[in-house]
Amino acid sequence: MGSANTYRLNFILLFVALLLCTGINISLGSVSIPLEETFTSLFGGTLENTSWDYILWNYRIPKAFTAILVGSGLALSGLLMQTLFRNPLAGPFVLGISSGASLGAALLIMGASLFSGLSIFSFVNDVSLAIAASIGSFLVLMAVMVVASRVKDTMTLLIIGLMFGSITAAIVSVLSYFTDAEKLQQYIYWSFGSVGNLSWSQLSLLLGIIFIGTILSLVSAKSLNALLLGENYAQSLGVNLKKSRFYIIIATGILAGGITAFAGPIAFIGLAVPHLTRQIFNTTDHRILLPAVLIYGAILMLLCDTVAQLPGSANVLPINAITSILGAPVVIWLLVRKRKMVF
Amino acid sequence: MEACQLTVGYRTKKARNSVASNINFALGQGELMAIVGVNGAGKSTLLRTLGKVQPQLSGEVFLNGKNLANYSPMALAAEISVVLTEPIASKNMTVEELVALGRQPYTNWVGTLNDDDKSKIKTAIWMLELEALQHKKCYELSDGQLQRAMIARALAQDTAVILLDEPTTHLDLYHKVQILKVLKSIAHETKKTVVFTSHEIEMAIQICDTMLLLDPTAHTFGPPCKLIEQRAFERLFPADTVSFDAKTGSFKIEK
Repeated sequence: MGSANTYRLNFILLFVALLLCTGINISLGSVSIPLEETFTSLFGGTLENTSWDYILWNYRIPKAFTAILVGSGLALSGLLMQTLFRNPLAGPFVLGISSGASLGAALLIMGASLFSGLSIFSFVNDVSLAIAASIGSFLVLMAVMVVASRVKDTMTLLIIGLMFGSITAAIVSVLSYFTDAEKLQQYIYWSFGSVGNLSWSQLSLLLGIIFIGTILSLVSAKSLNALLLGENYAQSLGVNLKKSRFYIIIATGILAGGITAFAGPIAFIGLAVPHLTRQIFNTTDHRILLPAVLIYGAILMLLCDTVAQLPGSANVLPINAITSILGAPVVIWLLVRKRKMVF
Repeated sequence: MEACQLTVGYRTKKARNSVASNINFALGQGELMAIVGVNGAGKSTLLRTLGKVQPQLSGEVFLNGKNLANYSPMALAAEISVVLTEPIASKNMTVEELVALGRQPYTNWVGTLNDDDKSKIKTAIWMLELEALQHKKCYELSDGQLQRAMIARALAQDTAVILLDEPTTHLDLYHKVQILKVLKSIAHETKKTVVFTSHEIEMAIQICDTMLLLDPTAHTFGPPCKLIEQRAFERLFPADTVSFDAKTGSFKIEK
């Protein structure tokens, strides 16, 4: 229990950093817009350069907003999973939820050439892709939950999640093998991850998903703290294990599934952010950690996206590659510095 | 706390694997009881059953005259606290945070600590002499210190009964005695019923109010001196290897 003042200061600093990163993210890109013009536009002012206004409101701001939501949601689901599975290496990917989303997307994009008789498969756009990925992730989530109700041990559940991931990955491989080059390319582009291309209506849907996930997590904050002791201890403290596990798994599922559906698989944010947050706040209390990972995840995602935009050039790098290139060394650094990963 | 015709063990789909059966005892407020017996006699299984960490095979446990089965998890958390042998999942929390978790059954939905909670946490830390360590992380503590922190957490939970599974294992003689003396003062000063399992039979004889001896043939329950009179300890181990000296209350190795 650090002092409340330290926490407040940390939160204020994080929030300022978030604002700054948002500004930088919006102002940089293939066309560089000065930071003060960006903030003028953000806070309701009109710009003399109308093309800048257009770029900001139709491209940059939705993208920054997506990055914030994606980063927050992934970081939050990572924190939930690390506590639930008592494993510092847990993240949205391990339960197979992201793989489930990939399977849904792969079936939609590449299944068409296998099941050409089915007309629904020939209709591929952003919305149907998001729906397919959501269905995929939820099917895997359902399967994991059925297993979770029978298997009491969370370590076993973690391994089962990994196995589900392997199975879905294998099916995607088979699909890739039989599909034509064009479809394969389309799938690979999806798997690169992207925070651009989301309309405002899609964004509001994503916002809803993050909102539900956050509420479920906040309700579970007390149980999450008890779970730090282990399940038997948590039960002895009056925690209803079945109910809290259900809430936490649902929250993780809709966060990771929904985000992967809209933004593609994005690695390492979910794994690395909770660890970085624990470094800053030096606490295990989820009442502090939950809001902190939301802000920290957003900051990191904005930074990764800024780098991916390659400011000043017309090219864009795949966001998934950037998060991995930045995220993996962070995890290695944590391991080397602390010898042992704690959560 | 009372046990009637209790049978403990493990249930699999096909079979009931009973470890110890027909256990009876009755404990009053402020009593310190040790559960002793040879390896595999069912000490831990019994303790976990008493704490409702695992279900009993048959028989009943009563707490304040009410069947343990009728307690909701929340109501039980205010009556029984446990210290198990399994390590805590995250050792990244400070001693103070760990002890504070003991207040969970009483706090609101976000877990805000009020003044009463804070004073109970402080008292628990003081009783276990953890003041100097309270801002240390659990992974920085020695086995004995961590065990004291776990007992402080159970004490902060402020329950009528505290159950401890082998609290003195892995500790040296001094720390064993230290833990046992703390348990005795908790039982006698705060009027809590303290039950622990142990292999330290000689120490338990000296410090406990009552003992429960788990023996495959017959379980004996009573004050240590009565158990000595009944020659209960002699039956515990094969006489050609270890013998019990009733005068000193200690075991001797037969050469």
